[in-house]
Amino acid sequence: MFKTLKRVMSYAKPYKLYFIFTVIFALVGVSLSLAVPIFIGKAVDYAVGKGAVEFEGIIKTALVLGVIVLLSTFFQWFMSLCTNKLAYLTIRDIRCDVFAKLERVPVKFIDSKTKGELTSRVINDIEIISDGLLQGFAQLFSGVVTILGTIIFMMLINIKISLFVIILTPLSFIVASKITKLTHDTFVEQSKLRGEMISLTEEMTGNQKIIKAFVYEERAEERFDKINKAFGKIGAKATFYSSVTNPATRFVNGLIYTTVGIVGALSAIGSVGFIGLISIGELTSFLAYANQYTKPFNEISGVVAELQNAVSSAERVFAVLDEEEVPDDSDKEVLEKCDGNLSFRNVGFSYVPEVPLIQDFNLDVKSGQKIAIVGPTGCGKTTIINLLLKFYDIQKGDIIISGKNTDDIARDSLRSTFGMVLQETWIFTGTVKENIAYGKPDASMEEIIKASKAVYAHNFIKRLPNGYDTVISDNSGLSQGQKQLLCIARIMLMNPPLLILDEATSSIDLRTEQQIQKAFEKLMMGKTSFIIAHRLSTIKNADVILVMQSGHILEQGNHNQLIAKGGFYAKLYNSQFAET
Amino acid sequence: MKRVLVYLKNYKKQLILGPFFKLLEAIFELIVPVVMAKIIDNGIGNNDKAYILKMGAVMVVLGICGLAFALICQYFASQCAYGFGTDLRKALYKHINSLSYSNIDKFGTSTLINRITNDTNSVQTGVNMFIRLAFRAPFLVIGAIIASMLIDLKLSIAFLIITPIISLIIYAVMSHTIPLYKKTQQKLDKTATLTRENLEGTRVIRAFSRQEEEIKNFSIACNELSDNAILAGKISSILNPVTFMIMNLGIVAIIYFGGIRVDSGNISQGDLTAFINYMTQILLALVVLANLIITFTKAIASANRISDIFECQNEIVSGSLKNTDDNSEYSIEFENVSFMYEGAGANSLENINFKIKKGGMLGIIGGTGSGKSTLASLIPRFYEANSGTVTIFGKDIKEYDSEYIRKIVGNVPQKAVLFTGSVRDNMKWADADASDEEIIRALKIAQAWEFVEKLPRKLDTVISQGGKNLSGGQKQRIAIARAFIGNPKIVILDDSTSALDYATDFAFRKAIKENLKDTTIIMISQRATSLKDADTIIVMDDGKAVGTGTHESLLENCEVYNEIYNSQLRNREGE
Repeated sequence: MFKTLKRVMSYAKPYKLYFIFTVIFALVGVSLSLAVPIFIGKAVDYAVGKGAVEFEGIIKTALVLGVIVLLSTFFQWFMSLCTNKLAYLTIRDIRCDVFAKLERVPVKFIDSKTKGELTSRVINDIEIISDGLLQGFAQLFSGVVTILGTIIFMMLINIKISLFVIILTPLSFIVASKITKLTHDTFVEQSKLRGEMISLTEEMTGNQKIIKAFVYEERAEERFDKINKAFGKIGAKATFYSSVTNPATRFVNGLIYTTVGIVGALSAIGSVGFIGLISIGELTSFLAYANQYTKPFNEISGVVAELQNAVSSAERVFAVLDEEEVPDDSDKEVLEKCDGNLSFRNVGFSYVPEVPLIQDFNLDVKSGQKIAIVGPTGCGKTTIINLLLKFYDIQKGDIIISGKNTDDIARDSLRSTFGMVLQETWIFTGTVKENIAYGKPDASMEEIIKASKAVYAHNFIKRLPNGYDTVISDNSGLSQGQKQLLCIARIMLMNPPLLILDEATSSIDLRTEQQIQKAFEKLMMGKTSFIIAHRLSTIKNADVILVMQSGHILEQGNHNQLIAKGGFYAKLYNSQFAET
Repeated sequence: MKRVLVYLKNYKKQLILGPFFKLLEAIFELIVPVVMAKIIDNGIGNNDKAYILKMGAVMVVLGICGLAFALICQYFASQCAYGFGTDLRKALYKHINSLSYSNIDKFGTSTLINRITNDTNSVQTGVNMFIRLAFRAPFLVIGAIIASMLIDLKLSIAFLIITPIISLIIYAVMSHTIPLYKKTQQKLDKTATLTRENLEGTRVIRAFSRQEEEIKNFSIACNELSDNAILAGKISSILNPVTFMIMNLGIVAIIYFGGIRVDSGNISQGDLTAFINYMTQILLALVVLANLIITFTKAIASANRISDIFECQNEIVSGSLKNTDDNSEYSIEFENVSFMYEGAGANSLENINFKIKKGGMLGIIGGTGSGKSTLASLIPRFYEANSGTVTIFGKDIKEYDSEYIRKIVGNVPQKAVLFTGSVRDNMKWADADASDEEIIRALKIAQAWEFVEKLPRKLDTVISQGGKNLSGGQKQRIAIARAFIGNPKIVILDDSTSALDYATDFAFRKAIKENLKDTTIIMISQRATSLKDADTIIVMDDGKAVGTGTHESLLENCEVYNEIYNSQLRNREGE
């Protein structure tokens, strides 16, 4: 826990001035505010009764009081300003670091986690760190100062009465921590049920149309009611337990107040021998302290719970930060000119060592050739993409591009020789222009329009409300086909020598599909291309067909060779051919 | 608002008793300073030890009673709030289930989810806080002022001046910070969007080597976020110190003027102490009140949003017919059917006419947005035609019970959505009592049994949310099989074989022909070859049927169909 705290604090280092000021201002501000009751007490002592009021003393005390109040106000305000800056700037840095980390870890790491999980690290966990660790720290610190200060000031007035208060102190702690503990368990259960309810609602209501299509309403309601009822029950319990805190600590506070009141009053009339006489003003000050004494205890017990949350959030965030990065290879060779030749030499690869996938794979691709990858859905066609673009590293053999071993080429340089269009299109929130010019941010408007026209995307872009400046996002109403056209335009603008294309099949209407096909053809002119193929014409025209099944490369060769072989491909082809 | 508050009706008792006990506690709290003042004046003033002890005991009793009353109130509050919340959620969920497709389109599913989860929660919290604090805080303020007036009317003027000043400051600060916090939240949402998009595009970003730019973009968004948060914090951090200052300056004033009143014999020293106590109480109560106002504002806004949903009613009136006439020749007939989506400017379907025989097959082909899916969605009456008649088994669709019609129409949506649960659970969506044999038969027709059989736990294999552990083609096949359960008379396949490879697609179509002879099939597809066997093919273009007929007749007289067919044929040249 302390290691984690220390690490969070290391992020606060550039802002340590704010940290130091927070501590100083808290000390001064809180101490000054604690001095207030003393002067109030003094002032009350000057007003003994009718005709016995010492105005000179009152005015003097009131003036001092006014100054103290003003000073304390300013110090507390400055303290807030400093913690604010400290907290927000620190978490800004942590957040940027985590994000940068995600850009630098191997793709493997991102594939192994869900997107929601990682997003929650960057967003929610870091917010919790801010609330718990940084702002909590300020509260904790001023809470402790308040408690210690109160005790000291009380002792200054009268040590013996203060002892009564100190003896009663553990009572506050016990009550507060008991309730916190009681609350904690029910809260954990409550948030578990809330999570269940939210995911059920998201699943059901998110697919409301299917619910209706299958007349599933009643069964969905039954399932919802079951969780809803349980949630309501535990929620009422958790809320009740947590709402006990205030009255209970108020009660303890009242007990301390009463004790001080009685003991103080008895002392004032001199009937408690060992304490000695105190004035009414001193009693008033004491009462004021007793009144505010337990408040910080409540706050501290709240802060401690938040702190625990924050520490576990910080641990999750640091776990991401501790992930190994893809080693920097910018010192490796830059592939200046790529002739489009590519070969696989005895390549071996598997995601998990126990399940070998690709073994001893050899393939020579000449510039301008087309390689079709075919196979049933889920056969692992993306593995080829992962290897070509070095998202994953091959474990055996070599891949050679343009006569150079890819191991010797800088990753960025290697990737820039490839253009990739996937079926899962990626459109980010931004204008159409920004989306197309993603790989070439300094492209001129003419270039962008030229690329769009070349891939038949210009027509629909033109019709968007703001043309190329229309802000789009993944779910902003563009059809799947339109999104894919934008992704093709993105590559067209780059004009890389090697291509990886994923022929779309799903939810694209015919005309768009034809346009995409034409766009692909344009894009492929004179380039070496790997095509994840679904169309027979593409497959038959390919120079090499890779037939894949469950991750393995089953057969390779051209159409005629594979038909002659009479294997898996021949079967696949015949089943299709028999139909027409 | 009223539509939401109605669910409080079962909790009237708690709603009245809760605040009542809270008020009792507050009264007891107000008495304490008075008792203390008595101890100072009478006890200390008269040197009366017995009186001090007696009053001390009274204070302890007051404390215990206060605690008991407070706990009773908190109990009622939590019972009422969560009981109400549970009832509200249940009713809201039920209502959402009664909404039509147009209604769902209007709100969007993410809005509906938000209403059920977040908005009901904030209304629930509002009710809880209402019972606990809505009466207590103002009562403490007013009570403290009245109590001080009773002690000394003239000195209480100080309260009448200070209370509004503090209230005003709280109001001013909050009215500035609330919009700022909202803006901060928006900035936080933006960083979340950036993060999600980046994770989704990991491969593309790396393929373009744009990581460093993405990091830069993100840090800009992060800076905006922290700038906003710091600004909001700057303003809100004024609140506590300034109210502290005004309260204490008020105390200074009370001491000075109180001194004068004590000197003239109008009040005692103990009274002065009580005055100072009340001042502190007022400030604390005002701060609570301010937070309460925020909670209420949120709760009221949520309640209004929920009301909007309750006010929205399903416009489709269900009929009562719960059986079909098996002697009718046609299973589906469309006569001059036109349809327009709510709020749309033009018809999505115009004058559609066709008839399909029982056990026949209707093919629909056309571009995106040409109205294929819209046409199919009128058959289970998901939407209501604006004009013309849809006839199912010889009867106007309006005569049928809405649930019944959806039961006899099996539906395979474009996007294969599966639900958390086992394969069997998913297959039982149309019929909770479906037998394993029936399920396996359906899976076999959909060409899904071949892989389900190989799964480690077969039908009991658990599908994770969204079906992440299955491939696209596998999901699609299960979604197809799901629609065959319960012996539907009509099955709609909305471009639902797109992720299947040729061999599987072919085997599937063969299986339909062999196994579902009496079932009317509506098949929407992009591929002309998939529809060649259909009894009737409708060629859709921009909401209109530009051709209706068999494959051969369309080839002869439908230009659009020819265009589609030839372009696809060209791709298959050389076969």
